[in-house]
Amino acid sequence: MPPEAAPLLEVEDLRVEFDTPEGKSRAVNGVSFQIQEGETLGLVGESGCGKSLTAMSVLRLITPPGRIASGRILYRGRNLLTVSEPEIRKVRGKEIALIFQEPVAALNPVFTVGDQIAEAIRVHHKVSKKDALAEAARLLKLVQIPDAERRVREYPHQMSGGMCQRVMIAMALSCKPSLIMADEPTTALDVTIQAEILDLLRRLKEEFRLSLLLISHNLGVIAGSADRVAVMYAGRIVELAPVREIFASPKHPYTIGLLRSIPKLGERKRSARRRLYAIPGTVPDPYAHEAGCPFAPRCPDVMQACRREDPRLLPLEGGRKVACFLHHPAHPSSEAATS
Amino acid sequence: MTGNPQGNLLEVRGLKKHFPIRRGVFSRVSGYVRAVDGVDLVLKQGETLGLVGESGSGKTTAGRCILRLIEPTGGSVVFDGVDLLGLSPAEMRQMRRKIQVIFQDPYSSLNPRMRVGSIVGEPLAIHRIAKGTDREHRVADLLCKVGLDPMAMKRYPHEFSGGQRQRIGIARALALNPRLIICDEPVSALDVSVQAQVVNLLMDLQEEFSLTYLFIAHDLSVVEHISDRVAVMYLGKIVEVADAESLYRDPKHPYTRALLSAVPVPDPDAKPQRIALKGDLPSPAAPPPGCAFHPRCPVAVEVCSRLEPKLLDSGGGHLASCHLVHPDGAGPPV
Ligand SMILES: Nc1ncnc2c1ncn2[C@@H]1O[C@H](COP(=O)(O)OP(=O)(O)OP(=O)(O)O)[C@@H](O)[C@H]1O
Ligand SMILES: Nc1ncnc2c1ncn2[C@@H]1O[C@H](COP(=O)(O)OP(=O)(O)OP(=O)(O)O)[C@@H](O)[C@H]1O
Ligand code: SF4
Ligand SMILES: [Mg+2]
Ligand SMILES: [Mg+2]
Repeated sequence: MPPEAAPLLEVEDLRVEFDTPEGKSRAVNGVSFQIQEGETLGLVGESGCGKSLTAMSVLRLITPPGRIASGRILYRGRNLLTVSEPEIRKVRGKEIALIFQEPVAALNPVFTVGDQIAEAIRVHHKVSKKDALAEAARLLKLVQIPDAERRVREYPHQMSGGMCQRVMIAMALSCKPSLIMADEPTTALDVTIQAEILDLLRRLKEEFRLSLLLISHNLGVIAGSADRVAVMYAGRIVELAPVREIFASPKHPYTIGLLRSIPKLGERKRSARRRLYAIPGTVPDPYAHEAGCPFAPRCPDVMQACRREDPRLLPLEGGRKVACFLHHPAHPSSEAATS
Repeated sequence: MTGNPQGNLLEVRGLKKHFPIRRGVFSRVSGYVRAVDGVDLVLKQGETLGLVGESGSGKTTAGRCILRLIEPTGGSVVFDGVDLLGLSPAEMRQMRRKIQVIFQDPYSSLNPRMRVGSIVGEPLAIHRIAKGTDREHRVADLLCKVGLDPMAMKRYPHEFSGGQRQRIGIARALALNPRLIICDEPVSALDVSVQAQVVNLLMDLQEEFSLTYLFIAHDLSVVEHISDRVAVMYLGKIVEVADAESLYRDPKHPYTRALLSAVPVPDPDAKPQRIALKGDLPSPAAPPPGCAFHPRCPVAVEVCSRLEPKLLDSGGGHLASCHLVHPDGAGPPV
């Protein structure tokens, strides 16, 4: 067997907690995954499951009352959770860039987009303002903004949502990072614009051999862009597999339910309106720390062990992983092994 | 008591809403945003008409004009045989019992300081339909209908999840036994698994109370699933209407085709034949001449920039406004 190349990013047992008057919320509850060089990892899951917090943890952007309670985040072998403050600042933008969901809100309304990109460049590189602005225009061209020389002098409010998102991508590219984390990069956009932005991300990824962490709640977006997919539920990754496997043969009952509950385009037969499959119930309260699998109260296949023990994310064949007792027998000692 | 022979519950003709743009110290009107610019829609009793289109195409404005939550600039809205635009404010208030609305945002559309019982019971109080324990019973009943525990009455909106809040909004809309519900992006803010629950609920309630829905949304898959017929809106105008199956199987208008081709499909092996559109949606303050879609249209021909195409039947009630679909369907020269 050929030795696996060392991953670019390795997240191990990440935990993010919130200490609030209502109690302790385990918003990210033991998340582990890897991203290889040049790979796109899709992170899917419903609102509140901890996707954004996971990405923000990588750059140590969690603010109180939230805190990273434990875990390791190895970037090129270095643990980002223990490096000094000046060092993590060097990583932000230069090594790893984060694109936020709301492109318009993420830009500063009082500066031109050119100034903002130039500023991002000058944080990490000693170049003149003039050269930085020229570079900004080049980047706008790279993300296919027409008439880039003129538009560097425009303000965010003069641009559409799609244009602003292109500006955010240009800014993310400005310091030539190795990894871009895109948090719902197209959620606020129309489908036509969404398709263009996804094309752009795919093209840039190939051109610059970038790695991408693509966060989305839209399984269609993930299917078209990711190499591997991590499915999150209630602060954990419940399934991790190559993209084809996730869609062709989902293993975790939550993944199966999620895939069944999306209406698919062109499925409709003449005059037949069928009910959609709906996963019963709701996500668990993050403050209640029930024993067992977090999906147990909604799971159609729930067994006794599921309510007692926490299933761990363990490997199956074909490089995939699942956290479910249907696929791994329960061990009374497994709890002791993790703690 | 159905108002007309075709069983049409709602007939919207030539509906227009032009918002004035005011500029300068004297607030002079310097132009108009043509948010809705000549919309025709027909809803049959008991059906669901889906209304789709990009952000800013005028869907919400059209819905609000039908309810007269904003006053239309022109056109007519006939509901159950009555011209709504001719009604006095008092008459319109009475009519609102029969036409209700459900909003997109389950977080901001409910008063955070009111208990759920008062929120759902408010329409009954305003219209003096029920009070005291009678009202409480009816509210409990409504909460059951939308799948909530009647005990929810005593609690506040922030104690509920997004899907549950949308259920509260639906219960409130049902309180007065309406005939038509305008659903403005009712599931857009919800997660897929919750979205499925709410879509199913809306379909069940429709059957039980023979409701008619105008279902506004931008998710084309959800609209296909829930609608009997679908209308596609672009820059304030309807560019295509057909029954759902025929619209999705055989879209006629180049805009509809582009829109459908851009929907991401949950299948990694799908090879999307995406039709790219040029540029962004133009401003409705200065819609392009001729066919408003022509600057972005991948198949536009010379006539498209000169003449406005009419919305015409291309067979079996499938309407489209495009010169390529109807070579002789040009409107008057502009
Ligand atoms: N200020 C806070 N106080 C307490 N808990 C918080 C706070 N901020 C976030 N959380 C917790 O973090 C979770 C949200 O995590 P995160 O923002 O990563 O979700 P997400 O998966 O990105 O969701 P979305 O799809 O809505 O963006 C919440 O469910 C909540 O439990
Ligand atoms: N009160 C107003 N004054 C001026 N312009 C308005 C007003 N309300 C809406 N508009 C404009 O009218 C157009 C149509 O807006 P509308 O909200 O109806 O679109 P929509 O199709 O519902 O979009 P979305 O999908 O984003 O909800 C937009 O260009 C909008 O900016
Ligand atoms: S009328 Fe012309 S511009 Fe308009 S959609 Fe048809 S082909 Fe395109
Ligand atoms: Mg998020
Ligand atoms: Mg709207």
